[in-house]
Amino acid sequence: MALEHADVLRAAHLARLGLSDEDAAHYLDDLGRILEMVDQLQALDTEGVAPLAHPLDATQRLRADEVTETDQRDRFQRCAPAVEQGLYLVPRVVE
Amino acid sequence: MHDKTLSELAAALTAGEFTSRELTEHQLARIARLDGEINSFITVTPEQALTAADAADAARAKGQAGPLTGLPLAIKDLFCTQGVLTTAGSKMLGNFVSPYDASVVEKLKAAGMVSLGKTNMDEFAMGSSNENSAFGPVKNPWEAGAVPGGSSGGSAAAVAAGLAPAALGTDTGGSIRQPAAFCGITGLKPTYGRVSRYGIIAYASSLDQAGPMARTAKDCALLLNAIAGPDPRDSTCVARGVPDYTEELDAPLSGLKIGLPREYFGDGLDPDVEAAVREAVKVYESLGATVREVSLPHTHYAIPAYYVIAPAEASSNLSRYDGVRFGHRCQAPGDLIDLYKRSRAEGFGAEVQRRILIGTHTLSEGFFDAYYTKAQQVRRLIRQDFLDAFEEVDVLMGPASPTPAFDLGANNDPVSMYLQDIYTIAVNLAGIPGISVPAGFVGKRPVGLQILGTHFAETRLLNVAHQFQQATDWHLRRPALAEETT
Repeated sequence: MALEHADVLRAAHLARLGLSDEDAAHYLDDLGRILEMVDQLQALDTEGVAPLAHPLDATQRLRADEVTETDQRDRFQRCAPAVEQGLYLVPRVVE
Repeated sequence: MHDKTLSELAAALTAGEFTSRELTEHQLARIARLDGEINSFITVTPEQALTAADAADAARAKGQAGPLTGLPLAIKDLFCTQGVLTTAGSKMLGNFVSPYDASVVEKLKAAGMVSLGKTNMDEFAMGSSNENSAFGPVKNPWEAGAVPGGSSGGSAAAVAAGLAPAALGTDTGGSIRQPAAFCGITGLKPTYGRVSRYGIIAYASSLDQAGPMARTAKDCALLLNAIAGPDPRDSTCVARGVPDYTEELDAPLSGLKIGLPREYFGDGLDPDVEAAVREAVKVYESLGATVREVSLPHTHYAIPAYYVIAPAEASSNLSRYDGVRFGHRCQAPGDLIDLYKRSRAEGFGAEVQRRILIGTHTLSEGFFDAYYTKAQQVRRLIRQDFLDAFEEVDVLMGPASPTPAFDLGANNDPVSMYLQDIYTIAVNLAGIPGISVPAGFVGKRPVGLQILGTHFAETRLLNVAHQFQQATDWHLRRPALAEETT
């Protein structure tokens, strides 16, 4: 499955990675070769094999529905780039 | 002091030969003197270290010392450490001071260990040479022109150079075992879920696992005792009791059944590495083990499957770096999308961007089944190969890496770098434990013997590794700069 320039730009947009046309061109060759290596998988017959998501086939554990966390907003916001009155600041979203 | 193993240091502290403060000051002085050249630490924390050392000495004076009290340690910069810069080797987290400790860090602090600082690594643990760090490459203490391996390259180099007696690493596709092999130390990747991942900056959540890196298998056992076990804050951490991993170290190996996977001795394996590994296997035969060839028929598909699964998980995990809540934010964003896009393009290095792009592409509409579902099916076949092999033998042995440490700058092409991990990567897909132990040299560069066991066979692996270290002295060899007396 050959990769094209537009595929790189599409993936970059979906991943919110700001790539210029030149950046995308630069990655195209590397990504193409990585996918070519990955395409070896297609040679293997996996008909009827169940996908393995977790090496121990574990399922999500449940716990009692109890409050275990306390409010630590101030502490956690200390590492934020911009906050005001407990809110994260971003450029205006709604005009 | 830096020529001693962790267990020897523990005995010396108990005997009162020196204090934890004296030991910590000695290690900090070595870091200050030698690490400018090696670059194994991103952050050194002398004040916190000395405070912790004094607390350890005080605890000892009150008769409250445990087996690890007062022993220094270096921590890979992927583990969150409260109040200390935690970068993951990335410009994205170049300003991130963690508000909390990883579970493993919390446990080691509670055990009285003294953190010397945070070690260099490939950015977000993506790499096999430590050349992908935003904080510069690490030099291999055995030969400055060689890489230390990756991604836990700083941890391996720090231990090899005698800057720290032990270190924490993480291993997603070989990131403990390969740098341990390249730097001539011992490194254990436990079974997936044996050690909590809480507070370890995530790369690929179904593959990541933390483990000890030290000079000996015995030291790794001591550390695993302290870090293994269930954690309510990591739902993938297995609810299973922790044995004393030192208990079986001295068990004899007569009757041990060793399998040599024929796929691990094929094309691409350096003949000198192969010779060292086969020599090591002979040592085991002399200890009463029997050896047979086995097959892991899907080995060839492990790297392709990994480079679908790991980037897919990484693209999801790394979506949290948005320039809003923590980490790097671009200057003067025009709108929210611009803020996301520029913050991420500026904060992530090239290899991280490549893996985010691959993961996003393979998970996107129209490609998901062909890539992701297919890779997960292959993952099951790869795990089955190991389970079948462990029906016949107790452990598998082979090289940790096809070559000794390569030169800095030698693998500029991403795919050729990926292929370096041929013998380690399948282990993470299968979730089984593996350990690398020093087993010889090619020129000045160390060779690692990799030993693999079935799920939760850490006790056995540590026993098998320890017995080798009772019969050989490769693990005692030191690079010239670690043999100095101060």
